[in-house]
Amino acid sequence: MTDQEILAGLGEIVEEIAGVPADEVTPNKSFVEDLDIDSLSMVEIAVAAQDKFGVEIPDDQLKDLATVQDVVNFVAKNSEGSA
Amino acid sequence: MTVERETVVVTGLGATTPLGGDVASTWAAMLAGRSGVTTITQPWAEELPVRIAASAAVDPAEVVGRVQARRMDRCEQFALVAAREAWADAGAPQADPERVGVAVTTGIGGIGSTLTAYDALREKGWRRISPYTVPMLMPNGAAGWISMEIGARAGAHAVVSACASGAEAIGYGVDMIRLGRADVVLAGGTEAAIMPLNIGAFAVMGAMSTRNDEPQRASRPWDKARDGFVLGEGAGVLVLESLSHARQRGATIYAIAAGAGYSSDAYHIAHPAPDGSGVIAAITRAIADSGIDPAQLVHVNAHATSTPEGDVVEAQALAKALGSAADGVVVTSTKSMTGHLLGGAGAIESVAAILALRERVAPPTINLDDIEDDVPVDIATEARPLRPRSGSMAVLNNAFGFGGHNVSLVFTAP
Repeated sequence: MTDQEILAGLGEIVEEIAGVPADEVTPNKSFVEDLDIDSLSMVEIAVAAQDKFGVEIPDDQLKDLATVQDVVNFVAKNSEGSA
Repeated sequence: MTVERETVVVTGLGATTPLGGDVASTWAAMLAGRSGVTTITQPWAEELPVRIAASAAVDPAEVVGRVQARRMDRCEQFALVAAREAWADAGAPQADPERVGVAVTTGIGGIGSTLTAYDALREKGWRRISPYTVPMLMPNGAAGWISMEIGARAGAHAVVSACASGAEAIGYGVDMIRLGRADVVLAGGTEAAIMPLNIGAFAVMGAMSTRNDEPQRASRPWDKARDGFVLGEGAGVLVLESLSHARQRGATIYAIAAGAGYSSDAYHIAHPAPDGSGVIAAITRAIADSGIDPAQLVHVNAHATSTPEGDVVEAQALAKALGSAADGVVVTSTKSMTGHLLGGAGAIESVAAILALRERVAPPTINLDDIEDDVPVDIATEARPLRPRSGSMAVLNNAFGFGGHNVSLVFTAP
C-alpha cells in the first residue's frame, strides 16, 4: 500500500464519518483544528481504518495522531510490519 | 403573599408527525381527518402481533443530513427538526443566550440507538459500538442538541414522565420563565420508538391495537370497538416567551401558556386509577394555576389513546372536574389520526390545541362510529367550529403516563 493509497482510503473514511469532502483530507491537516473532527468521531475513524487497512490503531496511540499525515505514517509503518 | 408573575406566551410552533413534516401539513391533515397509520413493512414486524404504526411522514435523517444523522438518535433528529421550525416560526428571536432555555424531552429515549449498539456489541465486539451511542440513547440528548443549535445557555432540561413527558416539559418551560430563569424557552417532546422491542413490550401488556387488517381504523378513542393504542413517532416544540420579551420584539403571539396542573395517581405503575381522581386533580390544578373560569374552556385535546381502560376514565374525570362548565366544551383525541407519540404526544397535542384556539376549530376524533355509553362529554367526530362562551377562549391539553403521571396544560387566547 502506497502513502497515496492510504491517503485516498482515509479521505473516503473521513468523508463517510465526518462529512468532510475527501479532497480536503490532505496530509498537513489537523483532524481537530482543520477538519473540525471531535474525539468521538476519531474513534469511529480509527475503527473504520482498521477495517480498511487491516491496521489496528490502539486508543493510547490514537490521541497522538494529530494530522492526516500522522495516520498515513502509522498505517504505512504498521502494515509493512505485519506483512 | 402574592408575587407578580410573568405572563408566558407561545410565539412559535414546530412539529414533525405521522401526518406531515411540519406544523402546516400536520394541521391540515388533522382538520381533514386523515389517518397517519399504515402497515409496518419491515420484516421484523412479521412475527409480532402488532404490524401497524403511525410512522413519521418525513424521515428526519433526510432533513438533518447524513453526517448529523449518524450522531443523533432518530428521536433527537425529530426534536431538532421541530425545534428549528418553531424557532424560525418565532422569528429566530435575538435574545441573550444566557436567557434562552430548552425543555425538550422524550418518554423512552434513544431506544433505536440502544438496540443498534447492543447488536454491535454481541455480533462484532465492543470496539464496534458507535462512540456516539451514549449521547444517542440518553433521554436528555435532544435537549442538548437543541441547546447547541440555538445557542441556548439558560439550561437544557428533560423531565421524564412516560407519555406525559412532552406536556410536563412545556410546564417546566413555563416555570423557567415564571421563575425568572429565562426569557425564551424551547419546550416539547419527541419519540422514535417504532421498534420491535417496544411494540413487543407494549403488546405483551395488552395495550396495543391488533387491528392489522385496517390500519387507518385502528386508533379509535372512545369507540366501543377500540382495542388499544397505535404507536406513533415524531416531535412537537413550542417557543415559550415572557410576554414582556415578546412584546419588546414585536413577536406574533399564538396564545398565552396560562397554566399547568400536575398530579400522581399513587395507584398502579401502568393502570390509571379507575376513579379518575388523579386526572381530576391535574385538570383542577391547571385551571386554578391559569386563573381561568372553567366556563372559558371551549376545547380539550384529550389524552385518550384508544385503550379500553383509559379513554372512559378520562372523559368521566373531565366531566367531574369541569362540572356544569363541561357542557359546551368540544373534546377531541387527535391520536385517532397521529397514533400515540408517547413522550411526544403532549407536545404535538399542545400544538394542535393552540392552533384550535387560534383558528377557532377543533380537529375531529376519527373512527368514532359507536361511542361508549358512559362518555359524558361532547366529542367532535368532524372538525367543529369553536366560539367564545364566557370571556376569552381557553383550551386544555391532557397527557398521562405510566407511573401514574397526569399533566394538564391550559392555553388562552392572547
